[in-house]
Amino acid sequence: MKDQLDLFEVFIRARRGLDHKHVGSLHAEDHEQALEYARDVYTRRSEGVSIWVVRSADICASQEDDSESFFDPSDDKPYRHATYYQLPEAVKNM
Amino acid sequence: MTDQDLKQATLDYAVRLGDDALILGHRLSEWTSRAPFLEEDLALQNVALDYIGRARMFYGYAAELSADGRTEDDFAYLRDARQFSNLLIHELPRGDFAFTMTRQLLTDVFNSLYLDRLMQSTDATLAGIAAKAAKETRYHLRRSREWALRLGDGTEESHTRMLRAIDELWGYTHELFELDALEQQLADAGIGVDNAALRPAWLAQVAAILEEATLSVPEDSWVVRGGRTGYHTENLGHILSEMQSVHRAYPGAQW
Repeated sequence: MKDQLDLFEVFIRARRGLDHKHVGSLHAEDHEQALEYARDVYTRRSEGVSIWVVRSADICASQEDDSESFFDPSDDKPYRHATYYQLPEAVKNM
Repeated sequence: MTDQDLKQATLDYAVRLGDDALILGHRLSEWTSRAPFLEEDLALQNVALDYIGRARMFYGYAAELSADGRTEDDFAYLRDARQFSNLLIHELPRGDFAFTMTRQLLTDVFNSLYLDRLMQSTDATLAGIAAKAAKETRYHLRRSREWALRLGDGTEESHTRMLRAIDELWGYTHELFELDALEQQLADAGIGVDNAALRPAWLAQVAAILEEATLSVPEDSWVVRGGRTGYHTENLGHILSEMQSVHRAYPGAQW
């Protein structure tokens, strides 16, 4: 056993047809154990039908410093939203 | 056997199975806030709660069969050590983590075999309880098997502790496979389980897991028995004094 347990992120699908959602993290020695602890820590009240776990270290995350270059450029591109377009009369409902 | 005798025997049998579940569940609950780390703490509590829930189902059925106004609480809180009929292995102190997980492994393998048979019981209530418990036990066994592998094949320290735990527990496992007259009658009637017949399969499974964990089955050099007849180790009295103290101090208290 290692001295320090690894950190894992836990994703749970609440019902069939829904996406897996991030619910939190936990410590475990390996994937197998992480899956079981996820079951014990996060599904005690029937919260899920499927669990994903992934080592936190394996997640590549965007950085706060990058947020200007990543996200601001889309602020002035309203044509990327469906609401930007006027629907022709012929289209009653959408 | 008359129907009345069979009913009484089934009641006693349900109490025995309830005692096994309650005492082991209580032992596991003693880990709460004391487990090696938070995740394992919650996992152990889940297992403990499965056992307490199992005890409630068995006691509830016993109370129903008694039809004399007794409830599950009477069985859990108002009997003394001599009246408890749990197998001794369940009442041994929780020991270190290796001891607890080894006991879980030995009893989980046993329970998985036992409950599979009890699911076939001609008694629909016992079969129903067994079906629910069998699902829980499959998960318990997955956990205890993995811990046996981690600790047995872990560090020198964890390996040594596992060896010690197996040695300390082995003499208590024989009682798991003994039937007295009552259990034999119920097994013959298709209500109870012939647990003596389970030993070869149990031994094979346990030996395979221990071998994989770089451990081994000890020699059968000593045997302790007595739980079913109410002859317990000194440990049961201590459990009961703690577990029953609130109920005895405030009889009938509710929240």
